[in-house]
Amino acid sequence: MNNLYNYLLTIADNSLILAQRLGELCGHGPSLETDIAITNISLDLLGQTRSYYQYAAKLVGENKTEDDIAFLRIERDYKNCLLVEQPNTHFGFVIGRQYLFDVYHYMLMEKLQNSPDENLAAIAKKGIKEVSYHKRFSGDWVKRLGDGTEESNKKMQEAIDDLWRYTDELFYLTDTEKEVIKEGIGIDVSSFKEEYYKEVSELLTEATLTVPENKYFTKGGKEGVHTEHMGYILAELQYMQRTYPNMNW
Amino acid sequence: MSKNWPLWEIFVRSKNGLEHRHFGSLHAADAEMALENARDVYTRRNEGVSIWVVESKNITASNPAENGEMFEPAQDKVYRHPTFYDLPDEVKHM
Repeated sequence: MNNLYNYLLTIADNSLILAQRLGELCGHGPSLETDIAITNISLDLLGQTRSYYQYAAKLVGENKTEDDIAFLRIERDYKNCLLVEQPNTHFGFVIGRQYLFDVYHYMLMEKLQNSPDENLAAIAKKGIKEVSYHKRFSGDWVKRLGDGTEESNKKMQEAIDDLWRYTDELFYLTDTEKEVIKEGIGIDVSSFKEEYYKEVSELLTEATLTVPENKYFTKGGKEGVHTEHMGYILAELQYMQRTYPNMNW
Repeated sequence: MSKNWPLWEIFVRSKNGLEHRHFGSLHAADAEMALENARDVYTRRNEGVSIWVVESKNITASNPAENGEMFEPAQDKVYRHPTFYDLPDEVKHM
């Protein structure tokens, strides 16, 4: 049970933190249309998050709710990867972060929908249609910006170069993951690492961007060791529940 | 940024609708982006099953200043409505 619970967090926390990051852009998108598109993606991710946390809450019992899991953990207990917590530095970063995550997310959902765990499979089956669109949206934008003006190309390249170091962690297996893989429920994310870099590299090349050759990678988020941004995200995310416990709306 | 993008007219066919209806307009750099933007702006509440986009500049509109000659002559021609026939009782659902 404990393994499965922690495993759910490694998947769900990615969606929660990315949803929170995208939510920050509500009302601040570069155009009305992009603003709505990005907040739609944020809400898709939040919806998936709820399904995982509801399932996780059921596993724990003790009257725990999805809100307890979403809002009342300390930083070290969040298992999201470092990539999704990176800031919205500029639109290139928003799109770059999204694309680098979406390709991974799609491959994970593809595998997860065949999990023998019925709940996980059901969440993945529903989620994959959303994620498929996210990937289309972010991939299109990478191409537009990369193959756009000199300025947009420079900014897109800057984002990809900066975010590249967080991609390797997506395929790093934690002890929790190894256990649930052994149990036949979890997905071995390292199995589609090569496929991931191939797909991403092809699109970057099409977008007239340079695939980074950087071999320095950093990780820690999946073990609860986060970058300096995480505390600020949680402060904003948790404020209402901590100030007004059990509040509802 | 968006002020440089052309305007597009969006037509959506709703679930039970037989035809595409004009839903509104939005900005996009090209047709593909217009489709994606329309999907996010106009169908996120489960409104549609099909979207058409057409760049606004490709629509030729009648001139409101010519409404007199365009439309007023039709106002007093009630005989053009098919309301002067006696329907046989056997004909139902009319």
